[in-house]
Amino acid sequence: MVLKLKQVMKRFGQFTAVNNLSLEIPEKEIFGFLGANGAGKTTTFRMILGLLDTSGGKISWDGLPLNYSTSHIVGYLPEERGLYPKLKVRDQIVYLARLRGMEKTEALRELRFWLEKFKVPEYENKKVEELSKGNQQKIQFIAAVIHKPKLLILDEPFSGLDPVNVEQLKDAVIALKENGTTIVFSSHQMHHVEELCEHLCIMHKGRPVVHGSLKEIKRSFGKKNLIIHADFPLQSLQDFPGVVKARLTMEGVLLQIESEKVAESILKQIVGKGFIRKFALEEPSLNDIFIEKVGDSYE
Amino acid sequence: MNSFWIILFHTYLNKLKSKSFIITTILTVVIVLGLTNINNIINLFDKSGGKETVAVLDETGRLYEPFKQQITAINKDIKLTNYNGSDKEAEKDVEAGDFDALIQLRFNEERLPEATYKAMSIADSSLFTDLQTGLQQLKTMQSATKINLTEAQLQKLYEPAAFEKVALEKNAKSEEELNQARGLVYILLFIIYFSVIMYANMIAMEVATEKSSRVMEILISSVSPIKQMFAKIFGIGLLSLTQLAVFLIVGYYSLTSNMESLKDGFWGVYGFGDVPIGTIVYAIVFFILGYFLYATLAAFLGSLVSRIEDVQQMITPMTLMVVAGFMIAMFGLGKPDAPFITITSFIPFFTPMIMFLRVGMLSIPIWEAMLGIAVLIGTIVGLAIFGARVYRGGVLMYGKSNSFKDIKKALQLTKNE
Repeated sequence: MVLKLKQVMKRFGQFTAVNNLSLEIPEKEIFGFLGANGAGKTTTFRMILGLLDTSGGKISWDGLPLNYSTSHIVGYLPEERGLYPKLKVRDQIVYLARLRGMEKTEALRELRFWLEKFKVPEYENKKVEELSKGNQQKIQFIAAVIHKPKLLILDEPFSGLDPVNVEQLKDAVIALKENGTTIVFSSHQMHHVEELCEHLCIMHKGRPVVHGSLKEIKRSFGKKNLIIHADFPLQSLQDFPGVVKARLTMEGVLLQIESEKVAESILKQIVGKGFIRKFALEEPSLNDIFIEKVGDSYE
Repeated sequence: MNSFWIILFHTYLNKLKSKSFIITTILTVVIVLGLTNINNIINLFDKSGGKETVAVLDETGRLYEPFKQQITAINKDIKLTNYNGSDKEAEKDVEAGDFDALIQLRFNEERLPEATYKAMSIADSSLFTDLQTGLQQLKTMQSATKINLTEAQLQKLYEPAAFEKVALEKNAKSEEELNQARGLVYILLFIIYFSVIMYANMIAMEVATEKSSRVMEILISSVSPIKQMFAKIFGIGLLSLTQLAVFLIVGYYSLTSNMESLKDGFWGVYGFGDVPIGTIVYAIVFFILGYFLYATLAAFLGSLVSRIEDVQQMITPMTLMVVAGFMIAMFGLGKPDAPFITITSFIPFFTPMIMFLRVGMLSIPIWEAMLGIAVLIGTIVGLAIFGARVYRGGVLMYGKSNSFKDIKKALQLTKNE
């Protein structure tokens, strides 16, 4: 059961929102979808869900098209959060679950399971408008997963949550994955993607600019980060051959270098000049890759 | 259960349980009960059991009896008392509330009756008018006697000329029938007008609320927006029928149980003496069709706004259309066979009210009514197809959207080039 996007296009009049996007999202995996605002992530999700028709290309799940007849196997957490403010948590979760093909009793049982899991069983009879934003988000997450979807689409699931809630939600996402759910999620926060995803795709202006497994992407990126903390000035390293970028920090310098070889040369250069408290060679962060590929315009 | 029915009943039950719905229903039921029991209510507040007592101070000693005869003929509920005492005493009794009014009768210099009317306030015009009419008749009779006119001659003088109206068209309604139909049609038109505006508003608000609370995106990812839109329209439609059924049952029951006391009064004049079932059936048919027409329009207009505050602005043109239809219908009440009315009754946005006016007031051929209904159904189907496409795109659009240009934008969203 693979989610396949084949040369998917979406045009709105003159504007091309998604251009020639081909993806293959393996089963039982968490797939990260990155991109600046307006890169076409939400449009892609809407096309996967069938809310929008594609202007070209094909989207299939297990070889079959996704539409309203398959809505019970798909879960969706939209970017813009929203529930019925005046309805009780129980009433609206049951309503939304029934629309996804669940029975009422089963929906109630699942709801209680999830409320326990998030340690908020007392919310069952509260109105949504009485809950804090973070807790509303938990309820909405429950609404997206209550019917045990095979494919779960999470649009910015962690935005606006405090660290404790982020951890709770992350654990829930990982547990779902281990139970066999295929999860596609988008995020602005690179460390979430690094932590959770094996495969990812970076979108830029409707095109996929990077696509593949996290390890491969990092390896093929080539460049590495070198962190040096020392008691003597390090500014001169800025012009060292093989240094792509340099940033002075409080304690030393952070360099982006072309390869491991450069690190060796730098070490030779600075040894003996004074005390070196830290000399660390690191894999590039996803953040570095993202900025390089999408451009510095991204905040 | 099919998701269509889940949404339909969710919408229906939620609205049914809402405080505002319960309050409006109860209030309206109270008003209906109040109107149909109006005579009982008036009597309840009248201490003297509906009778008005008048003290008559007859200075001549000869006018009381004939005056009493005249008054009894005019209004049985006026109780006259021949008052023995001074006018000061009589005035005091009126002030104390023993009498509603005091009338002093005397002769003028030509020995014809004249009177002074005294009451706490002269706002109660019906009593005053009755007494005046009685005295007028008395004076006419006495003047006639003076110039030696016999009773028969006098009657001839006052007999109205015979004037009969005949409608040449077969089945045409007689003048009396027309007057009766007018009252019933008037009230049913009002019901159609109010309900269409109210429920179309409710639909637009529902859609806009779901959109602004952003629950819409979850909904339409599980159910197609078109199914969702129609489930909502039918759900609210069911709600409106529930409310109307309550009103009709309460109204009908209350009306029939009070029929005796009401027949002569206000309700008799307005044609409720015997309610023609046909008119009621037409009213329900045109209400349902009118509701669907405007509900579809309201649903897709509601789908275009992002904030609840913008709903009213968006649906104002639609509301004005209903108002225009109602205005034309009001004009048509007086002149139901005007060509203008005939033409507008085939304009779909006006048909629910104006065609109903025509079937209620005139005896138009059945095919005309059916043609009107067919035009209406055709328009509803067309609007539903168009509206569904706009709705599908509209619910995904956010931002500053409150103009009709957005219809184009919404249509573009659903297009797959």
